[in-house]
Amino acid sequence: MLIKIPSKNHLEDSSVTQESIYHERRSLLKQMGFLGAGALMSSVIAQNAKAGFFDNDDEPTFQTKPLKYKKDTLNQALLKTPEQKVISHNNFYEFGSKKDQPIELAQGFVVDPWQLKVSGECDHPMTLDYDDLTKMFPLEERIYRLRCVEAWSMVIPWIGFSLASLLKKVAPNSRAKYVVFETLYDPKQMPGQESRRLGGGIKYPYVEGLRIDEAMNPLTLMSVGLYGKTLPPQNGAPIRLVVPWKYGFKSIKSIVGIKLLEHQPPTTWNKLAPKEYGFYANVNPSHDHPRWSQASERHITTGGLFARNRIPTLPFNGYGEEVADLYRGMDLSKHY
Amino acid sequence: MKSDTKVFLLKVLIHAGALLPLMNLYFLAFNDEIGADPVETVIHFTGIGALNLLLLTLSVTPIAKIIKQGYLLKTRRVLGLYAYTYALFHLFNFLAFEVQFDGSLFISEVIKRPYITVGMIAFFLLTALAITSINKLKRKMGKSWQSLHNFNYLIVLLATIHFYWSVKSELTSPLFYFVVAIALLLFRYKKIKRLILSVFI
Repeated sequence: MLIKIPSKNHLEDSSVTQESIYHERRSLLKQMGFLGAGALMSSVIAQNAKAGFFDNDDEPTFQTKPLKYKKDTLNQALLKTPEQKVISHNNFYEFGSKKDQPIELAQGFVVDPWQLKVSGECDHPMTLDYDDLTKMFPLEERIYRLRCVEAWSMVIPWIGFSLASLLKKVAPNSRAKYVVFETLYDPKQMPGQESRRLGGGIKYPYVEGLRIDEAMNPLTLMSVGLYGKTLPPQNGAPIRLVVPWKYGFKSIKSIVGIKLLEHQPPTTWNKLAPKEYGFYANVNPSHDHPRWSQASERHITTGGLFARNRIPTLPFNGYGEEVADLYRGMDLSKHY
Repeated sequence: MKSDTKVFLLKVLIHAGALLPLMNLYFLAFNDEIGADPVETVIHFTGIGALNLLLLTLSVTPIAKIIKQGYLLKTRRVLGLYAYTYALFHLFNFLAFEVQFDGSLFISEVIKRPYITVGMIAFFLLTALAITSINKLKRKMGKSWQSLHNFNYLIVLLATIHFYWSVKSELTSPLFYFVVAIALLLFRYKKIKRLILSVFI
C-alpha cells in the first residue's frame, strides 16, 4: 500500500476557503471574464435559469448528518483531499457536465424517501429504504484513492459497508455472474437528464456493472458518507458505489437499482465510446486513453497552481495485492 | 467623436477586457481559490478565451462592413494579439501545470494525441501571425503579408477542431463554436473560394 508523508504545504481543513467566499469570487470572475469567457457566461445563465439571477447563494444547502462508524486505522497516513474540494469537484453529469455545476445544481435533491431495489438472479430480493441504507449494516470508514479516467486523483475518507454484505443478504443464485447498478432517473430533480446540453450528451439513466467476483471483493464499497457525514448530493447521496481499483466512472452515484444478471450488462460510458472506456476500466498506467496518457496523474490536494502534484499512476490504483488475482490470465490491454 | 478617439476608447476597453480577467484568474489560481482543480480551470479558461478572441477578431471585418464603420478595422491587430496571448498562456498552463515540465511527457502527448497536435499546429501558425504583426515586418513583407495572414481562416478551424476533439461527451459548446466559425468564414465565401482554388489549380 502506498504511504504518503504529508507535505509541508499540507493545510488543515480550517484553512480551506469558505464556500460562500468561494462562490462570490467565482461569480466575480465569471462576470469579469465577459470577453474571454463566453462559455462561462452561458454556464452562469444556465445556473441562474432555475434559481433567479441573484439568489444563487441564498439557496438552502443540502443538510448532511453525522454518522457513527468504525475508523480506518490503516490508511490515516494518506494525504487526504480537503473536504471542500471533494464536494465541489464532481463528475455527476445528472447535475451538469462541468465539475463545479453539481455542487450548485444538486442542493435541492431529495434523498429521503429513497428506495434501493436489489433483485435479479437471487433467492431473497429486497428493497432498502432510506433508513436501511445507514442502519442495516455496521458502517466503517475506508480511506481510498480515487483515480479519475481524466488523469486526476483524490484521496477520500468514505463511510459505508461492503457490497458483499448486501449481496450475501439477497443470496445470489448460480446464474448470477454480473451485477448491474442504476442511478435514479428523475429529470425534474436532475437538470442534466432534462437538458442535453447540461447533461453532456450521455444516455440516462446512468448504468454501471461489475463481474460478481469484483462485486464480492471486500474492497468494493457501498458508500453512504464521506468525511464523517452522510453524502452530499453532488457526491452521490444517499448511496453510491466505490470501486477503488477502477476509474471513477465505475463508481456509480445515487443508486436506485442493483440487479444480479447472467450476462454482462451494457454500461453507459462503454456504450458511448467503447474504444475509450472499457467495461472493466481497471486503473492501468500502461494502457493509455486514446486521447491522453494514463501513466501519471495529478493528485488534487492544496497549494493552488504551483502544487507539484503529478505522481505516477499505479496498476489497479495501488490495490493490486487485493485484486490482481481477479484478472489472472486475462489480457488487460484487450479487456481495458 | 472623432474616429481616432473611438479607436482609442475601444482599445482601452479591449486591453481591460482581456487583461483583467487574466490577472484575476491567475491571482485566484495561485491562491487555490478557483475550484478544486485550478489547473483544469486555467487551461479551460485560457483556451476558451483564445477561441473567443480569435472569433471576435474575425468578426470585426463583417461588423465594420455591415454598420459601415471603417475605423473598427484598427482594432483587429490588438484583438488578434490578445488571442495569441491567451493561446500562449493556454499552452504554458498545459506545460507548466498539467504535465509539470515533464519534457518527454509533453512531447509524446503533442505527437501522440491528435487533438493536441492540431492545437499545436494552430499555435505555431498563430505565432507566425503575431510576429509579423510588427509594422516594420508588415511593410517589408509586402503582398506576402496578406497571404500569410489568410492562414487565420485555417487557424480558427483548427482551434474549433481542437476544442471539439478534447471534450469527453459534451458536444454542444464545441458545435456552437464550430457554427460561429463557419458563419464567419462564409461571410468571406468568395475570398476563401479563391484561396482554395489557388492552392489546387
